[in-house]
Amino acid sequence: MAERVFEYDLAVIGGGPAGMSAACAAYENGVKSVVIIEREDALGGILKQCIHCGFGLELFGEELTGPEFAGRLAAKVREYGIDCMLSSMVLAVDRSLNVTATSAANGIFTVRAKAVILAMGCRERPRGALNTPGTRPSGIFTAGTAQRYVNIDGYMPGKKVVILGSGDIGLIMARRMTLEGAKVEAVCEVMPYSGGLARNIEQCLNDFGIPLLLSHTVTEIRGRERLEGVTIARVEAGADGVRRPVAGSERFIACDTLLLSVGLIPENELTVNCGIGLCPATKGAAVSQDRETEVPGIYACGNVLHVHDLADFAAVEAALAGRAAAGRIKGLRGGGCGSGGGSASDGGCASDGVRGCGGVCAGDNAGEEFRAVFETDGQVRYTVPQRLTRRCDVKVYFRVSGIFERVSLEVRATSVGRGDENNLIFTKKYIKLTPGTMQTVTLTSEMLEKCDSGAVIRFSLVPQRRDDK
Amino acid sequence: MKRNITCIICPRGCEMEAELTGGGVSVSGFGCARGRQYAENELIRPVRTLTTTVVLRDGSVIPVRTDRPVPKERMFDCMEAVRGVKELPDCSPGSVVIADVCGTGADLIVD
Repeated sequence: MAERVFEYDLAVIGGGPAGMSAACAAYENGVKSVVIIEREDALGGILKQCIHCGFGLELFGEELTGPEFAGRLAAKVREYGIDCMLSSMVLAVDRSLNVTATSAANGIFTVRAKAVILAMGCRERPRGALNTPGTRPSGIFTAGTAQRYVNIDGYMPGKKVVILGSGDIGLIMARRMTLEGAKVEAVCEVMPYSGGLARNIEQCLNDFGIPLLLSHTVTEIRGRERLEGVTIARVEAGADGVRRPVAGSERFIACDTLLLSVGLIPENELTVNCGIGLCPATKGAAVSQDRETEVPGIYACGNVLHVHDLADFAAVEAALAGRAAAGRIKGLRGGGCGSGGGSASDGGCASDGVRGCGGVCAGDNAGEEFRAVFETDGQVRYTVPQRLTRRCDVKVYFRVSGIFERVSLEVRATSVGRGDENNLIFTKKYIKLTPGTMQTVTLTSEMLEKCDSGAVIRFSLVPQRRDDK
Repeated sequence: MKRNITCIICPRGCEMEAELTGGGVSVSGFGCARGRQYAENELIRPVRTLTTTVVLRDGSVIPVRTDRPVPKERMFDCMEAVRGVKELPDCSPGSVVIADVCGTGADLIVD
């Protein structure tokens, strides 16, 4: 039997907040032939198990739980009549925009699209990524797995809990397990600061008297069948800067459950297998302001691109990708919009196009060619996007590598062949920057006028001068 | 006595200082009116929105929450009441699971 082939203008891979938001944005910008391919049996992604409040302030202007937030987006998807292929696992995406997937209903099938949006989200770093010595008993879970057991399946994974890592999911689970009757002994964080939101430390730990042990880690896991306890120790940076457990500071904590909240990694197998290189700092694709990857017509957004602090931010970013994909699709439809390479968005009409690509594309394309790449100094760990393909107002997301106080962000452009190298185009002062909080700045098209095409735009942190107010 | 309070209203997490004075509460460091209100409540009557699940007899797990914040010290009482729910005629979003849960004035509703 021949494989089934489905034709859509836009294929969105993943039905979480980013995927749904991208699909809806594309629809709202004139592309009606959209399919969301989702491996679970319902839309919503990780939000289905995030039953706590704190979602939606940015996107909907009110405080919602995860399921409510997902419900709002899913209602829109339904209202627009966007097709959803559920319980369908995407196996591959190729550079010609063919998506190969499998499901019980359709067997192995292909979706042929004019644009593909990658919105697969991220997964948690597991125990294997930590090299913690000890035995391999049951009772060790990533915080998200435990969250699924409690909130979706209705099981409690344990009664006496230690949590390693103070990421937001770990903090949320500390409260959740406590409310359900477990005793959370401690949250250990190897760094001297928490990666979680301040409000989660307050309402998930402090409200319940759960100690947060900064600069502490688990050095041994004990137990045969079931976890019997963990040894924790204080951690200090040596002369070489490497953080190691301090001899003599070890302490044993009896527990039956260890939850790991030690970081999230974008789930980019499809991206890599498509030949799209990853940015080492984000572990996601490098993208343009339209969230287009190096392959024309393939976009990435949400946590598969870089891990966001909030679902709201992932959804907002995804709408950018959805709009840009719609611009491309309409450009292809209109004929003359695409530049030589066949990618409409490369030619500069992607998100302009959404405001009426049909008539104005030619004019837009007539504008001078512009390319720029972003670079960071290491203190600024990464930016998203990583490059620009036109001059426009662009919101740049960035994250820093440590805690920095009283610093200025400087954005300098070096244009080849122009006299004014290292040209300061933007600066902003910060009282405090932390790795756990993603920052945004907006570069305007006027600022970018100061850069020639081919410019390298460098983001760096510098100490504030004393005479600065 | 001044108390340091971390705001939980939004992800910014403003660091505030609040103090009981003769006439009420004086707050500094808030970023918005809701934050100021939060700090005042923290000194007088701390409240939290409770989110949890009900596990029905048939095994289905339904996310629920209070439709307004409840006194912080009543959260475990409310959890106990939630555990008693084994049947739910209406699981649609917004439907009431327990009206006036534990006399807090808040309704427990389906997410």
